[in-house]
Amino acid sequence: MPRPPADPRAAGARRAAIFGGHPDDQPPDGLVAHLVEFTEELRGEGVAVGTSELLDALQALPEVPWTEPVAFRETLAATIAKSQEDRRVFDLVFERFFFRATELAALREGVSEGDGGAGSMDEAGGDLNLDALRRQIAQAIADGDESALRDLARLAIAAFGQQGEGSGVIGVDVQRIRRQLGLRAEAQPEYPTEDPRHDGLPREQIRRFEQLLRAELERDQIERTEALPAARPLNEIDRALPSGPLSDLASVHRVVAQLKRRLKTQGNENKGAQRHAHVDVRRTMRASLETGGVPVVLKYRPIRPRRTEIYVLCDVSTSVTSASVFFLSVMHALHDSFRKMRSFVFIERISEVTDVFQKERDFKAVNTAIGKDAGVADISGYTDYGRVWREFRALVEDDLHPRATIIVLGDARTNGREPAAEVFGQIAARAGRTYWLNPEPKLYWNYGDSVIASYEQYCEAHECWSTKHLEDFVKALTAPDAARR
Amino acid sequence: MTDAPTSVDAIATGLREVGYLADDSTALVAFLAAKLGKPILVEGPAGVGKTQLAKSLAQTLGRELVRLQCYEGLDEAKALYEWNYRKQLLRIQAEADGTGWNDVQDDIFGKEFLLERPLMTAIASPEPVVLLIDEIDKTDQEFEAMLLELLSDFQITIPELGRVEATTHPIVLLTSNNTRELTEALKRRCLYLWLDYPGLEHELAIVRLHAPDLDEHVARRLVEVVAMIRDLDLKKPPSIAESIDWARALLLLGARDLDAKMFNDTISVIVKHRTDLDIVAERVGVKLALPQDGLGAASAG
Repeated sequence: MPRPPADPRAAGARRAAIFGGHPDDQPPDGLVAHLVEFTEELRGEGVAVGTSELLDALQALPEVPWTEPVAFRETLAATIAKSQEDRRVFDLVFERFFFRATELAALREGVSEGDGGAGSMDEAGGDLNLDALRRQIAQAIADGDESALRDLARLAIAAFGQQGEGSGVIGVDVQRIRRQLGLRAEAQPEYPTEDPRHDGLPREQIRRFEQLLRAELERDQIERTEALPAARPLNEIDRALPSGPLSDLASVHRVVAQLKRRLKTQGNENKGAQRHAHVDVRRTMRASLETGGVPVVLKYRPIRPRRTEIYVLCDVSTSVTSASVFFLSVMHALHDSFRKMRSFVFIERISEVTDVFQKERDFKAVNTAIGKDAGVADISGYTDYGRVWREFRALVEDDLHPRATIIVLGDARTNGREPAAEVFGQIAARAGRTYWLNPEPKLYWNYGDSVIASYEQYCEAHECWSTKHLEDFVKALTAPDAARR
Repeated sequence: MTDAPTSVDAIATGLREVGYLADDSTALVAFLAAKLGKPILVEGPAGVGKTQLAKSLAQTLGRELVRLQCYEGLDEAKALYEWNYRKQLLRIQAEADGTGWNDVQDDIFGKEFLLERPLMTAIASPEPVVLLIDEIDKTDQEFEAMLLELLSDFQITIPELGRVEATTHPIVLLTSNNTRELTEALKRRCLYLWLDYPGLEHELAIVRLHAPDLDEHVARRLVEVVAMIRDLDLKKPPSIAESIDWARALLLLGARDLDAKMFNDTISVIVKHRTDLDIVAERVGVKLALPQDGLGAASAG
């Protein structure tokens, strides 16, 4: 949720406070005011920026050639954005904020490009060779020349933007111009070989060019309507770090590595001072020889960390199709980290797939192997939790012990069948800790045939459908009250 | 060259002279750290030159590098200082009868009996140093809290001896592989630098700086292949140092082109897990031309 616009007086007070601290050597007044607004906006997007960080930024700016855009941005980023995620949001907000700030200033001052730059551009556009322009843009994209791209974006709009008039929707216009320029990431053999479009253009650079086009079109629109469009808060997609399916898998692995550390050390660190190490008399005596028989150095018995044994049960029925790939990747990552782990998949019945994971390293191979011959009796494709619990109990009853951890990945939708929560309760009672990760948003829990509530009394249920949630789950594991489980 | 750097460009050139090609933001942050006396928190994947940055910085500024390698269970005795109790014991035993306790006490808690650990060394050094606190995320939060005090005041209090204050201001670098979220308090005191794998051109420049005799064409192929390998889902993606090693290996073998055979022979330089080897051979190895078409492919591409 974006915060409501900050109280201007509060911003003023903060500005005064900052000025009080640093009377000399300040960048100009207006800049400080803008920076305060900028940090307000960052806070609105959820980046925790303290006043001390702002002071750091102001202290750092005079040291660098801050009138250069790159130095200015990097200095602010180094002092304000303190993690990779923050940096990502910072870049987006930076672009948005300073674009709006310049445009606002231009509006106030009544500066318009209609009489200056664009006019001459139109004249130039008259006899502009469109094919030459196309090639020039493609070349600049292939070279990744930022400043050339910026200029060419304006030329492109002058040349192609006015044909048939803009649709009024900026996104549509951007795509239309891109198509007319013939910019594609794939190779286009119809162009001559010396044309960079022949071999396809770098996708990143095309994206960058589209951004520049968008900025230019927005600028035009602001000039036409003489008003700034309403500020949009960043949406989740922009904010998330760019990631392909592979890096998703990598991030799941990263989170699971954390999970491993937590599960391993948990229960040890919480006991704190109560936990006393036993003195190893033998080793202490031996060490005392060095100091003439006086036991100066006490040798302790090493503290052995607990060995976690994990049972993971994963629902692979049709109702969780979209989530099961994610879950299988979680399982895959877990297998990489824990040696003592048994995994099961279930639909109507349960079957153990520990071997599959141990044999196959590649995630895709695991995925197909499980899809093909996991041996899950799948007649109707509907989950039968009651039956699954009974079978699971029969399978592992003798092996379960209080140091085992059970993790269930499923949506708890029984399709109207008997949930057999008491059987689940017996299993949970035998195991040390039991967690349930549900791929559905909490909003849908216990609606329809979802019976998560009847299981929740025996375990800890978490909503989990992204790596973010997985991380939260790992965090919840370390919360102090989790220790008593 | 012990004087403070005068500008961002100066520090970038200085780093380049000692073999570290810094990008804009790295040079800028390094300069700010030297100028403002703030610690830098460097984060990024393993093998992008976080530790090397500290080494090169020390080298170019002509300062000594003091390194504290963090690990789970690192405590103050290993990081700050420790009393050399063995020596103290000997001192007491060698004491003639009749000396009062007070004299002995004054004596055994002196500088002579103090074992300096890295943080103490960095603070007490008469010459300014570069202090590298490596893999801070491996320690526990208590240690981080202790560090906080040190980083803000640059002083250490030893109960028996008094306060040791820094006479010079060290440049402090903390590196983290992001295995644990660091506390906000620590982050707030630092400048933040995210180092990622370099882009194609940047890495090419780095490789060529360290293996200048390597054929330009081979170097470019090498960098492209390394980038391709990093895109795969590997246990341990190749680091920059490993690309340099690979470049040197190819140079030693007199490689004129990076073909499938050469690739298979030397791949162990950059990929160091058996399972990773399989994945790389399957995904990248097949894309490279066989030796006999090597020349043809090169001229067409």
